Amino acid sequence: MKKALSLMLALVMVLALAACGGGTQPATTTQQPDSGSASTSTGSGTSTASASASGAFKFGASGPLTGDAAIYGKAVMNAAQIAVDEINAKGGIQIEFNPQDDEADGEKAVNAYNTLMDWGMQVMVGPVTTGSAIAASAVAYNDRTFCLTPSASSTDVTANKDNMFQLCFTDPNQGTGSADYIAANMAGHKIAVIYRNDDAYSQGIRDTFVKEAAAKGLQVVYEGTFTKDTQTDFSVQLGKAQSEGADLLYLPIYYQPASVILQQAKSMNYAPIFFGVDGMDGILTMEGFDTSLAEGVMLLTPFAADADNDMTKAFVAEYQKRYGETPNQFAADGYDVVYVLYNALTASGCTPDMSSAEICEKLIAEIQKTTYNGLTGENMTWSANGEVSKMPTAVVIKDGVYVSA
Amino acid sequence: MKNLKPHTRRNLITFIGLAVVWIVVTVLRGQGVLGRSASGLLVPICCYVVMALSLNLTVGIMGELSLGHAGFMGIGAFTGIIVSQSLMRAVPSVPLRLIAAMLVGAVFAGIFGFLIGIPVLRLRGDYLAIVTLAFGEIIKELITCLLVGVDEHGLHIIFNYKGLKGVEDLHLSETGQVIIKGAQGATGTQPIATFNAGMILIFLTLFIILNVIYSRTGRAIMAIRDNRIAAESVGIEITRHKMIAFVMSAAMAGAAGALYGLNYSNLVAAKFDFNTSILVLVFVVLGGLGNMRGSIIAAVLLYVLPEALRSMHDYRMLIYAVVLIAVMLATNSPIAQSFFARFRFGRKGGDEE
Repeated sequence: MKKALSLMLALVMVLALAACGGGTQPATTTQQPDSGSASTSTGSGTSTASASASGAFKFGASGPLTGDAAIYGKAVMNAAQIAVDEINAKGGIQIEFNPQDDEADGEKAVNAYNTLMDWGMQVMVGPVTTGSAIAASAVAYNDRTFCLTPSASSTDVTANKDNMFQLCFTDPNQGTGSADYIAANMAGHKIAVIYRNDDAYSQGIRDTFVKEAAAKGLQVVYEGTFTKDTQTDFSVQLGKAQSEGADLLYLPIYYQPASVILQQAKSMNYAPIFFGVDGMDGILTMEGFDTSLAEGVMLLTPFAADADNDMTKAFVAEYQKRYGETPNQFAADGYDVVYVLYNALTASGCTPDMSSAEICEKLIAEIQKTTYNGLTGENMTWSANGEVSKMPTAVVIKDGVYVSA
Repeated sequence: MKNLKPHTRRNLITFIGLAVVWIVVTVLRGQGVLGRSASGLLVPICCYVVMALSLNLTVGIMGELSLGHAGFMGIGAFTGIIVSQSLMRAVPSVPLRLIAAMLVGAVFAGIFGFLIGIPVLRLRGDYLAIVTLAFGEIIKELITCLLVGVDEHGLHIIFNYKGLKGVEDLHLSETGQVIIKGAQGATGTQPIATFNAGMILIFLTLFIILNVIYSRTGRAIMAIRDNRIAAESVGIEITRHKMIAFVMSAAMAGAAGALYGLNYSNLVAAKFDFNTSILVLVFVVLGGLGNMRGSIIAAVLLYVLPEALRSMHDYRMLIYAVVLIAVMLATNSPIAQSFFARFRFGRKGGDEE
């Protein structure tokens, strides 16, 4: 009896593990309706072979679809899906798209990556957030899987990994970019910085900004910090900044805390120039936010949803039609990533029956020759270290819309 | 087997079951039957099993609710990473470095367990739970302030409590490498954790815990749990025995943390927050308080479940929650209990595993 019981227990545990391996199989079939009706695949392939038998490239993606950062992951996946559907509708190269949830957590990102590899992923879109991207890219580097991340901005994502490329600005780029911009256009101001010191993104930009500001002789009079748990009240930091006489407030933070800062600064009659980076993007579409507060806010961003070109207009219209909201910069990044990959795959003559490692080598060579014009910038090029080169544009908010500064 | 004591027999079965799983999984991996996603789950599963076992010592055997267990895991993880990365040049052998990392992780977590235990273990019940929760959060915040780098002159450590210092303040030489970058966590760690190391750690943990439980100390700890006043009246030192259990529990969590930290090339302190503590507590409660075998099974099943549910897409976490509630209800219902009781002939003896 006891032996039977122990055997049963052992079996349960083994099955639990096996169930997980098997659990990825249905993903192929259930994914089918999502990944565009143009696809002719019928949930093919064994879980280990990376070559696709269906004549379609398998694009995997991972990003936070649940949890705190879900807004970013969903924006990327929604926009990437639009791009995939457009490409599939053209005929020619077909793409199957499989977005997986990684909860913006490195551990889950590796799980999501492994699940996608079982599915037969050939090229990866993502991971969306920095921590996930660093964790998954180490595995992807060993496997030789090509990854183009839409928005993981830390230099650690691409460092020493020739298969990782970024579509967004790196954190140092944004920090030095904004310091250079301020030095060139608003040099005489006293600067205060408020940043979140338990967040890789915010801390990273602040570090490079302060370094470059010192090099350019800018005067940083105050630095205030906050954490995830204290991002609802900034009266102390704002009061300090005001008493130090700062007339330019640099905010390398996301838009939710920034909206609180704008609100509180107004109520204490403190009106410096507010200067944000790409995390500030989205503040105008934030629910319940009085856009008049953002009047005169400057930010560096690669994408403005009301930009006056046909590509942006078509994309924004389609996004609004499908998901009922205005796309943010993350969505635009996701859309561009799919097109950059599509162009590189076409140009390098890759075919869907090639393995992910073969495609990886071809794409690494091809992307460095690519010049791409997309939603998030003109004449984007990539260097061997994985970073994109494109011009950051400063915009200022006037009457609730972005205007070039 | 018949002439063994009931609890010895039951424990032997647990060990044999584990060994069988180990062999079966190794064989399956060797033949490539196990997919990548399943293989990738093996090490984190081992870590969470050890976490569940060690927390069960505090919650199940000692009878005190600890909500800061992830903090000890965090200490183990980051000290383990520092040890492994800084010994990279001196000790090229990967298994040796892994062992060193897990040992140091365990020792540091144990020391912190002792320090935290001094004030905490004088409390009881809800108060103890809340204070451990606070310490867990404090540990997380402290790690967030750490800047650590290594070069040929040794370790450089800055405690960046104002958040105004950066990596360049470490003054590393040309060949130096940054190990922990404050809020950005440990990046560029060489992932050296293996499934075999995880299984060995599980065996060790289980062996130590079971031996303690059936020792004089273990009986004293359980006596305190069951009736504090009676235990005190027969001369059992309450705080000392609680401390033994608490420090052991912390040290094992530290070893699990070191293994966990060395499985990923990127790790942030925010990972070891309240949610992770609760996750492990759920494993323990679901597996049964004081029931080591139950903890192992619950940790495996509940860790695999969200991954196995990936095909459900948006409903994944919803279904996970529903399953959790259903299992909790089912295991507590009298009908289910009487059903399972039929398979429990070995249980007539002592009730503690």
